[in-house]
Amino acid sequence: MSEPSDIKTKSPGRGAESRKPSSAEQAWEKNTLAPTLAKSVERQREFTTTSSYPIRRLYTEADLAGWEPARDLSFPGEPPYTRGIHPTMYRTRLWTMRQFAGFGTAEDTNQRFRYLLAHGQTGLSTAFDLPTLMGYDSDHPLSEGEVGKCGVAISSLADMEVLFDHIPLADVTTSMTINSPAAVIWAMYLAVAEKQGADWKKISGTLQNDILKEYIAQKEYIYPPEPSMRLVIDTFEFGMKHTPKFNVISISGYHIREAGSTAIQELAFTLRDGMEYVEWAMRRGLPVDEFTPQLSFFFNAHNDFFEEIAKYRAARRIWHKAMTERYQSTNSRSWALRFHTQTAGCSLTAQQPMNNVVRTAIQALAGVMGGTQSLHTNSLDEAWALPTEFAATVALRTQQIIAHETGVTNTVDPLGGSYFVEALTNEVEQGAWEYIRRIDAMGGMVAAIEKSYPQREIAEASYRYQMAVDRKEKIIVGVNEYVTPEKPIELLQIDETVARRQAARLSKLRAGRSSVEVDRRLQALRKAAHSSENLMPFIYDAVKSYATLGEICEAMRTVFGAYEEVSVT
Amino acid sequence: MPEKKIRVLIAKPGLDGHDRGAKIIARALRDAGMEVIYTGLRQTPDMIASAAAQEDVDVIGLSILSGAHNTLCPQLMKLLHEKGMTDVTVLVGGIIPEADIPALKQAGIAEIFLPGTSTQDIIEFIQKRLAPAH
Repeated sequence: MSEPSDIKTKSPGRGAESRKPSSAEQAWEKNTLAPTLAKSVERQREFTTTSSYPIRRLYTEADLAGWEPARDLSFPGEPPYTRGIHPTMYRTRLWTMRQFAGFGTAEDTNQRFRYLLAHGQTGLSTAFDLPTLMGYDSDHPLSEGEVGKCGVAISSLADMEVLFDHIPLADVTTSMTINSPAAVIWAMYLAVAEKQGADWKKISGTLQNDILKEYIAQKEYIYPPEPSMRLVIDTFEFGMKHTPKFNVISISGYHIREAGSTAIQELAFTLRDGMEYVEWAMRRGLPVDEFTPQLSFFFNAHNDFFEEIAKYRAARRIWHKAMTERYQSTNSRSWALRFHTQTAGCSLTAQQPMNNVVRTAIQALAGVMGGTQSLHTNSLDEAWALPTEFAATVALRTQQIIAHETGVTNTVDPLGGSYFVEALTNEVEQGAWEYIRRIDAMGGMVAAIEKSYPQREIAEASYRYQMAVDRKEKIIVGVNEYVTPEKPIELLQIDETVARRQAARLSKLRAGRSSVEVDRRLQALRKAAHSSENLMPFIYDAVKSYATLGEICEAMRTVFGAYEEVSVT
Repeated sequence: MPEKKIRVLIAKPGLDGHDRGAKIIARALRDAGMEVIYTGLRQTPDMIASAAAQEDVDVIGLSILSGAHNTLCPQLMKLLHEKGMTDVTVLVGGIIPEADIPALKQAGIAEIFLPGTSTQDIIEFIQKRLAPAH
């Protein structure tokens, strides 16, 4: 398919060129504004958002020409959900405070989970280490130096049993940030739930399971796109039948933004990823109204307060339009975009780390004003290491202060109707649709990824941003301005004994299980991988025999092959 | 006589896929007139040492954010030593706790660039360091 002709033109989203100010506004410009500007010029020639999106001096009704409140704003809990997906929002129930945690061994992380739950956290979120994310066991040669560093090391069901020890999965919802090996880790989770006697029909949680953004941004992929997409759709189908309350995917813009995209790119690529999953599942024959209520989203909350709020509001409007018009969904539960928010790790600075508490608070506030369903607030030491207990507690307290002290939860969508917020919501939405149409014209997101299109757009935006920072066109407090000498802060250290403890546990596991049974179930999985059968039951069987994560992923790797990207620099 | 361009290998060792920094540095050094080769993701120290020898580079820039630097850097330095490539300048950029810096320098890493470093500072460091040879 040929690329659309406007592919090389400026970034989408520049709107409002046809602005027509009222006579009253024109009079204000002449009588009040002009004399002021004649006396003193403004601080900058152009004002832009963090994403370099231009912002005008003043927004009035002239910026909302063609905007119809009944159609474009509506009411909370009603299409197109601009004002939020619940009629009462946080007046009935606050967002879920879900702090991402994981380090060291399963015992270490189990302790942190229980600490967070005891301090008022309302849901769990698991960070896995790099070997786990890449489908390697802790004792694999490539795991050397990485075990338990960026998250918890999970190599088998035995580790998973320890991770959720004394945590009732029937009551606590758990989010798992795992992608390429998502089906395997989910099978382990379901096996633990079963052992605890929890009803699969009632348990709830979220599997990240978003492989497309791995190719686009985070780069933790194992298999090529085609078999990876098959695995994702296998989990959709399995979830639809067996775990109706579980979010089988968290379609993620977070990592796209962290890789350096603009807000509009984050929105557009994430929602187009969502559409890609829907289309692959529909091609499999899954009924759109049955599987789409289990799809959820995940966005970043960066520094630019209003740009972020506009992004969340536009996201709901785009998804509603896609579900009802593009996919003809008739189930209103499929129309409402539910999302998790995490504050922007990439915005936090290694310098003057206490300032990060302030950045995170403002970002979290944007997530709440944008109507998030759950929230993770980053810790002040994010730019250095995984959080200490002290830093993690301050981050959780930040959410509690927003919830209970600021008053922003008293009313639904407090910014609704603001000229600026509504105009920006419209422009961000329009910019995202332009990107979505470009990707459609390329033949969809998998095709666009194979052409490196989103990867290149993000690399461009990220380079432009860094150059603006280097030239001090963008000020980062404590980094390129207001710099002061400072002392190192206390950090969480993960030592190499974690790797040794994991290796010992794995040897014991391999010695204690029935290797005949493990081989038989891995062989069945390989055979199924060659067919078009749903792989979830085979993965679940393998997990229950204590086949390791590495063994299961390797079994599929022998059938599917491994993916290597063409790097864009 | 045209000056010989400084040749740089930008490498991402370990399992981490966060390549934002590596890509920005690769492009900034290229824009500053250097010859830049980017290895792509998940390179073992062995692969990096081989690539550096094959491409005959003056500088190796490692981007490490995952906390695996204490394992990966000494391994690479040992391999370079074995290949007799002791004149290659090895730089590390990324998330490196201050406490780990002395040991890395001891192992032969010429400089460690922490988060917030401007690309200009890195360019100037390389140009200054390689000035007598070029």
